[in-house]
Amino acid sequence: MSRKTLIPIGPYHPLQEEPELFKLYCDGEIVKDIQWVTGYNHRSIEKLSESKTYEQVFFLVERICGICSTSHPFAFANAVEEIAGIEITDRTKYIRSIIGELERIHSHLLWVGLAGHFLGYNTVFMWAWKYREPVLDLFEMITGNRNSYAMFRVGGVRRDIENHKIAEIRRVLGEVKSKTDLLTGAVMDDPVIHARTKGVGVLTRQDVIDYGAVGPTARASGVAIDVRKDDPYAAYPLVDWKVITSEAGDVFAKAEVRLLEMYESISIIEQCLKGLEKEKEGEINVKVTEIPEGMGNGRAEAPRGEVFHFVVSDGSNSPARHKIRAPSYVNIATFKKSCIGQTIADATITLAGVDPCYCCTERLAVVCDAHSGEKLMNAKELIERSAVRTASLNKEFNCNK
Amino acid sequence: MGFKNYCFRKSLWVFHFGGASCNNCDIEILDCLTPRHDLERFGILLVGSIRHADLLLVNGSINKHDRERLVEIYKQAPKPILVVAIGACGCTGGIFADSITFAGPVDKVIPVDAYIPGCPPKPEAIIAGIVKLVNKRR
Ligand code: SF4
Repeated sequence: MSRKTLIPIGPYHPLQEEPELFKLYCDGEIVKDIQWVTGYNHRSIEKLSESKTYEQVFFLVERICGICSTSHPFAFANAVEEIAGIEITDRTKYIRSIIGELERIHSHLLWVGLAGHFLGYNTVFMWAWKYREPVLDLFEMITGNRNSYAMFRVGGVRRDIENHKIAEIRRVLGEVKSKTDLLTGAVMDDPVIHARTKGVGVLTRQDVIDYGAVGPTARASGVAIDVRKDDPYAAYPLVDWKVITSEAGDVFAKAEVRLLEMYESISIIEQCLKGLEKEKEGEINVKVTEIPEGMGNGRAEAPRGEVFHFVVSDGSNSPARHKIRAPSYVNIATFKKSCIGQTIADATITLAGVDPCYCCTERLAVVCDAHSGEKLMNAKELIERSAVRTASLNKEFNCNK
Repeated sequence: MGFKNYCFRKSLWVFHFGGASCNNCDIEILDCLTPRHDLERFGILLVGSIRHADLLLVNGSINKHDRERLVEIYKQAPKPILVVAIGACGCTGGIFADSITFAGPVDKVIPVDAYIPGCPPKPEAIIAGIVKLVNKRR
């Protein structure tokens, strides 16, 4: 019988900034099984959201994930607008799409950089992050902050993109495009990157369907799934663009899909800017007086895949229930298919290949006895519980006197 | 200048602990090391183990799951170590202070030397904060 070695990665490790724990069960160099543990990042957002008003929830959902800090407000706005039956103005649609696509560009550049870093190819890391800076500058110009833009509200956006800013946006986009050309050339033609990523972490079309993977992870395996096309929202039906897919399903294909998607994003933004010029400045809000009772689904295509928000309203000014599902939640499960059978060195880039985002995915786990269903407690919790019990007994029998 | 402070004069090695955060602060910390800000030219380096670090950067609110790990990491750190809490979450708990899993801002768990507020603080702010801290120790 062969013996398996357990190699833990994390929870605080230099590979990824977020805390998460991977347990790789290895036989020699080969990964035989994998488990992942999260919860280090749990902030009980769904619960917090019920204590905030609809306007405040936007600031909260923006802070689910810093990298896709527009997708969550986007999906939440879609959900609430579905409940209230609000039709937003065309100018709002364009502005929302522009912000969403700028975010996709900066997120994909970030991923390309990190992927380079995981391969030990730090030049790509430094390049990609350098070329990402102009996009963040654009955000700062439009919204006042580099990340967490606070652009969305029910029925509109908080700030206009005034027409005099359009020229600057075009200039930066041109710059980003030429830099993306350079990066794409460097990545696609590099023999080292080919050797490290081709045929690594392959997900077949069937795996993607079985695990319900979304976003670039699915599109790299030839499944053309994209909320922007399948369930159009904002300005996406008004502009012309195509869904990028690739067939191979390995890490290289995932990189390819993301790099080519950046060109689509640039073209979407350019078309939106044209649309913006035709609309009247300042028409960015519709008046919302109340959110009626009801339920709403909101979906948005984040850089990593489909974000889904489900909101129940009881007619008051805050959500009665708010359910969130982020794309990484389903994408991370595909590790079971893609990592097993790889060498340990390849497992790291495979883990990074789906662009996992743990702060979106966090769930709270309560450990229960499988037979009785009783909650299991650790020593600290038992001591706390005993302290509470003692205090209440003391009170009951007036022992303190 | 004592020997301890002498050690902090140059080439700070940094260990980054991301608590229950939204990731933005983490990204901005990494951003400090990339070409636009390029802190590495001052010898500031992100290291993989707390045992090599002079400075512990903590960002994000601390939840029940993180708390013991943060204490453990602090215990393992070679002393003296500078601790910096980054972001609104790290300083006060920020928007997550009411959360049911929240276990106190960083300074309730370990001693903190400097706070850098902001949500997220810009890379410039992070750099300015650390420069101030180091200058104060001189
Ligand atoms: S301070 Fe703001 S940006 Fe930083 S981790 Fe907290 S919520 Fe995110």
